[in-house]
Amino acid sequence: MVIPVLAFVGLIFIPIGLACIVSSNKVVEVVYRYDTKCVPGNMLHNKVAYIQNASIDKTCTRTLKIPRDMKRPIYIYYQLDKFYQNHRRYSTSRSDAQLREPKAAGDVAEFCKPEAFAANGRPIVPCGLIAWSLFNDTYSFARRNRLPRDGDHGPPPLTVSKRGISWPSERGHLFGKNVFPRNFQNGSLVGGGQLDPRKPLSEQEDLMVWMRTAALPRFRKLYGRMEADLVAGELITVTVRNSYNSYSYAGGEKAVVLSTAGWLGGRNGFLGRAYVVVGMACFLLALLLTLLCLVFPMKEEHLLLR
Amino acid sequence: MARTGGRKRDRLRWSKLYTFSCFRTPSTDEAAGPSATNGSAVGGPGFSRIVHCNNSILHRRKPLKYPTNYISTTKYNVLTFLPKAIFEQFRRVANLYFLLTAILSLTPVCPFSPVSMIAPLAFVVGLSMIKEALEDWRRFMQDMKVNNRKVSVHKGDGEFGYRHWEDLCVGDVVRVEKDQFFPADLLLLSSSYEDGICYVETMNLDGETNLKLKRSLEVTLPLEEDDLFKDFRGVIRCEDPNPSLYTFVGNLEYERQVYALDPFQILLRDSKLRNTSFIYGVVIFTGHDSKVMQNSTESPSKRSRIEKKMDMIIYVLFTVLVLISLISSIGFAVRIKLDLPRWWYLQPQNSNKLDDPSRPALSGIFHLITALILYGYLIPISLYVSIEVVKVAQAHFINQDLHMFDEETGNTAQARTSNLNEELGQVHTILSDKTGTLTCNQMDFLKCSIAGVSYGVRSSEVERAAAKQMASGAADHDIHVEDVWENNEDEIQLVEGVTFSVGKTQKSSIKGFSFEDDRLMHGNWTNEPNSSTVLLFFRILALCHTAIPEVNEATGALTYEAESPDEGAFLVAAREFGFEFFKRTQSSVFIREKHTSNGPTEREFKILNLLEFNSKRKRMTVILKDEDNRIVLLCKGADTIIFDRLAKNGRLYEPDTTRHLNEYGEAGLRTLALSYRVLEESEYASWNAEFLQAKTSIGPDRELQLERVADLIEKELILVGATAVEDKLQTGVPQCIDRLAQAGLKIWVLTGDKMETAINIGYACSLLRQGMKRISLSTTAGDQVAQDAQKAAKESLMLQIANGSQMVKLEKDPDAAFALIIDGKALTFALEDDMKHMFLNLAIECASVICCRVSPRQKALVTRLVKEGLGKTTLAIGDGANDVGMIQEADIGVGISGVEGMQAVMASDFSISQFRFLERLLVVHGHWCYKRIAQMICYFFYKNITFGLTIFYFEAFAGFSGQSVYDDWFMLLFNVVLTSLPVISLGVFEQDVSSEICLQFPALYQQGPNNLFFDWYRILGWMGNGLYSSLAIFFLNICIFYDQAIRSGGQTSDMASVGTTMFSCIIWAVNIQIALTMSHFTWIQHLFVWGSIGTWYVFIILYGTALKSRDNYQIMLEVLGPAPLYWAATLLVTAACNIPYLIHISYQRSCSPLDHHVIQEIKYLRKDVEDETMWKRERSKARQRTKIGFTARVDAKIKQIKGRLHKKSPSLTIHTVS
Repeated sequence: MVIPVLAFVGLIFIPIGLACIVSSNKVVEVVYRYDTKCVPGNMLHNKVAYIQNASIDKTCTRTLKIPRDMKRPIYIYYQLDKFYQNHRRYSTSRSDAQLREPKAAGDVAEFCKPEAFAANGRPIVPCGLIAWSLFNDTYSFARRNRLPRDGDHGPPPLTVSKRGISWPSERGHLFGKNVFPRNFQNGSLVGGGQLDPRKPLSEQEDLMVWMRTAALPRFRKLYGRMEADLVAGELITVTVRNSYNSYSYAGGEKAVVLSTAGWLGGRNGFLGRAYVVVGMACFLLALLLTLLCLVFPMKEEHLLLR
Repeated sequence: MARTGGRKRDRLRWSKLYTFSCFRTPSTDEAAGPSATNGSAVGGPGFSRIVHCNNSILHRRKPLKYPTNYISTTKYNVLTFLPKAIFEQFRRVANLYFLLTAILSLTPVCPFSPVSMIAPLAFVVGLSMIKEALEDWRRFMQDMKVNNRKVSVHKGDGEFGYRHWEDLCVGDVVRVEKDQFFPADLLLLSSSYEDGICYVETMNLDGETNLKLKRSLEVTLPLEEDDLFKDFRGVIRCEDPNPSLYTFVGNLEYERQVYALDPFQILLRDSKLRNTSFIYGVVIFTGHDSKVMQNSTESPSKRSRIEKKMDMIIYVLFTVLVLISLISSIGFAVRIKLDLPRWWYLQPQNSNKLDDPSRPALSGIFHLITALILYGYLIPISLYVSIEVVKVAQAHFINQDLHMFDEETGNTAQARTSNLNEELGQVHTILSDKTGTLTCNQMDFLKCSIAGVSYGVRSSEVERAAAKQMASGAADHDIHVEDVWENNEDEIQLVEGVTFSVGKTQKSSIKGFSFEDDRLMHGNWTNEPNSSTVLLFFRILALCHTAIPEVNEATGALTYEAESPDEGAFLVAAREFGFEFFKRTQSSVFIREKHTSNGPTEREFKILNLLEFNSKRKRMTVILKDEDNRIVLLCKGADTIIFDRLAKNGRLYEPDTTRHLNEYGEAGLRTLALSYRVLEESEYASWNAEFLQAKTSIGPDRELQLERVADLIEKELILVGATAVEDKLQTGVPQCIDRLAQAGLKIWVLTGDKMETAINIGYACSLLRQGMKRISLSTTAGDQVAQDAQKAAKESLMLQIANGSQMVKLEKDPDAAFALIIDGKALTFALEDDMKHMFLNLAIECASVICCRVSPRQKALVTRLVKEGLGKTTLAIGDGANDVGMIQEADIGVGISGVEGMQAVMASDFSISQFRFLERLLVVHGHWCYKRIAQMICYFFYKNITFGLTIFYFEAFAGFSGQSVYDDWFMLLFNVVLTSLPVISLGVFEQDVSSEICLQFPALYQQGPNNLFFDWYRILGWMGNGLYSSLAIFFLNICIFYDQAIRSGGQTSDMASVGTTMFSCIIWAVNIQIALTMSHFTWIQHLFVWGSIGTWYVFIILYGTALKSRDNYQIMLEVLGPAPLYWAATLLVTAACNIPYLIHISYQRSCSPLDHHVIQEIKYLRKDVEDETMWKRERSKARQRTKIGFTARVDAKIKQIKGRLHKKSPSLTIHTVS
């Protein structure tokens, strides 16, 4: 009874695992960590001062080499480490009602502490720590392989679309079409990025992505999408405007990621390997049990009385 | 309704007839001494009750207002239900914990929304309270039934009318008719008998079946008709309500005289009027004041071993909970101190005291509370309520089991308390009452020995059984006992060559008469050589008794109201032999004799004296004058007593009769010897004068005097013969005992009977057999009160026990079986502290233990000794009020709802109507319930550990902040909805093997007493499984959903999607796990298991549409549903979680299978159908090596026969020590 089940599980799992591995291997991924590399050498000892100094221009441009062909769409992610979006104090600090409808703009005191009211005593929209700490590094990309000719202004840009990076339900229901940012980021303490007060929240997809709090302290979030094919060996430049403070806390890595996606999503070798391992284990056990049954067949004298 | 005409009074003055019992009542004239003391007590403290007879109006208002006759045994009423029931609920430690967390959930410390804490608790507590309410309602209905019984009450002006019991008031005059219960404690005023006596059956009070005599005061005798109560007035001053059944102090002021009252005038509530057509009485104590209600004790609440152990596990889990909460809060404090100031996005400068980096210790303490709430899912909140639901369902199954339905009484088995079901599967020792439990308490006249000739060919059950098994044993010892029982159609040849027609003996249609012998029947006895002796014998049967004949008006048939069933059997026998006793008057007994040629003749015998039976005298005598004016003394009694009193010329038949008596005794029959003596007129006259003098003497030694005088005449007897009456075993008792013995259960019989009877029954039930070594413990000390006599007795007993133990120790034959028989007096010593362990050690070495002449208290003490001395589960079974003590003391009390009263049933945890149903109750239901509950609890802990620990792991990744990865609603539903029904269906329907197999393999039962399914090994195994599953679920998911996109659209995972996926995995894993655990599937299990998984998806889709939670909005339809990764992860994790269990069971099944595994395997492969011999072999192997029961008897016999054949030496019979 058990042996066929095990064998069957093995039979199913190994192909699934192999399919997963194949799919995962097809995904091309370029990760560039820039949190230290984009800090000038003289400021490395005091990165917090660097990031907090508004007068320093924090743009930094680097060149990346594409290892394999990347078919469109190419997804751009930012990746943070040791950033506890799952901290209870953080992840609960928001007001869902306020994001949805203008009526509930004042519905902040209960949920949004300590970022509920602006200095003038008016409620902040969107309130809470999550929105307040909105990620605000920006990236722009360009191909490097076509050298600038005369008349050209730098490398040809690769446009990054920020539309459609959030879930449709967020745009449609959770973030109101007539809810506009108010009193946002105008306190004494400025956290992260600014929001365009003229755009309703339903169009602020960066905010939507950010506000879906990540489960783990290391996470990637979708930055945008690039509708272009890149070929192996191609060089692209990435221009990072490094303004988000990941330097206050230890291990605050930042990276920009370019990745394609397969049917399973991103590059995820673990799932496939796990399937194969479990499948193999089942197979082996089935084999072992079969042997056991052959060596020690079910004896009639088994009815032991205890 | 008033029947003013009254009825014809039975003109019978029993007091003239009876010698002992009637006159034990101190009559009013001799009450000078006692009444003086009574008089001083009455009116004093504790004796302040005043009852105005026939003037109950005075008792309806103060100051003489007494409680009404309304009784209530409910725990709650409408007002007290809520507070009391809630209090009861929160006495459970786990519920209290959940209450605290629910309260704390209203503070910001709590990681969840308050509703997710309060809702499950309210659900769980509410369900338990509904159960309480239902049970209480049932009690209420039972009370109502009693309260609404009707009784005829004097309504004034001599008019009587019916009224509900509950409306009865102190002071009311009631008329109670034959076979009715007394509605309250009454003062007997008069009865249908002229001298104001009545018979009372007190079975409900003390379990004694013999009728008790009550007697009214002389002064109230004239109040014998309804009319006469018109002007009846009287005042009773008496003691206050108290529980003592056998005392009463008070006096009656009637017609300006004061008369002392004593217990003989008091009729107690719940006893029954017998043999008397009606009585009049005044209500003294009503409702809860009545003695029986004062006596009712709360039956002790019993908890099963499994539940006690479950509490231990809960404590263990609490420890784990506190431990991980401590880890969590320390982690939190450390992070707050070190990291929080640098986590700018948390605005640490705006901290409050819950997470203040400057005061990490304080924050840590607050966090400890948070963590204790957060990890509360380790403690299964729904465990108690699920177990309660399951047990109620199991009890329902027990109640509905048709195999335990008794067609005769229409009673089913009743689980009166549902919380001991699983204890039924762990019984180690059964302590059984005898009368009414093993036997029917119905006597059948079976054999007799007249003039040295034994009559009666019908064999007793014991003989039949012995014949059958010897026949089968000789033929083929592999034949199973069951088969032996089943094919009893053919004639079976006994070894001795006597032929019994076993199957053809159709049940005799006459109750109490199974005699069959053509030499005596149909008047043929007249042709016997000693026909005159035979005639005498039959006359003794028909005349020497105290019974009253009763004519059934419909059929004209006679029934006899006898004090003991033996006597009834004799009268029926006499009738069948043609000596029909049909009428008794004040002074005469009339019998109709059919043996003469000219049709039936009626004969009158004048009764001169009647010296009735009591346990001390052990004999009964009537002296009568026949139609020829001869004075004859007829005496029946115990053989030893009679033989001592035989005249020299009366011993003619003694040797033969003795031989027959021994044979009868061996066959398990009760015997009495019959004798007579012809008296000379003068001899009688002189004796009678002396007797009358003794009878009228006043003083404490009157009884002794009477005995002495009675002794004078009861001598020089001439032996006529002996009777053998079968104390009928209840149907199926020997088979049941046999199977219980095969199931490895020990059986102790505790009986009030004398040793010989007990041994007879022991043989009848196969608890004893030839060749068993008997160790009899008794003391010879008798009644001596002297200190040194006591000491000597004790020492001799000590020596006996030591000898017995020595004998057991020195025994080399492994098949030798010992039987311990101890009598009540020896037991008093054996139960003393310094000896009881010695006694117990000896007793557990013995295959069967029989205690004779034990009092109800000793029964309870023996039960306690076994329970505490062995530390194993004991089951006490009995039917009478004398068994109540032991039923309440034992771990499980089983009451037989048979003929005796309801007292035992009321005190019991389970009631069955026949002893034989005990087999099914234990071997089938007990076995199932034990396994079900054990597996259910284990599974509960498994699933909650699986779930609870993932919450803890996540904390380590969330800075120990108390954030849960799951939505509050998931957690709320986990225990209450998503995983509750499958485990309940496991608890209700699981069967490892079918009921037939349980019965065929009684040895399977041993899994319970050995606690194979709830030992720490297994519990820890399940916990380990939970730990493993939690690790697998959490870390596999974390690795899969680490930082990569989860969809082809590039979106990455967030907390909601990870949480939902993990939760899906948990739901799948635990439900698949339970599907693997179950071995018995019906559509219900399928529905519940797969339905639970389905419910989860339905819920998440609906919840996702409800806009309740931002993160989970459309999570399934939009985010996870279309993601292959989600499904792949669910499949992988579910498989990974359950593979270790699969491996475990396959290893166990193939390498060290348990008994039920083997049977399942055989059944699965259908080998039982294909390979008959193998199945039989397995079954015979499965029989426990038993030393008692039929099987053992057969085996022993076979061994004996084989031994004889081989050695050709007949001296193999083992000499018994007695």
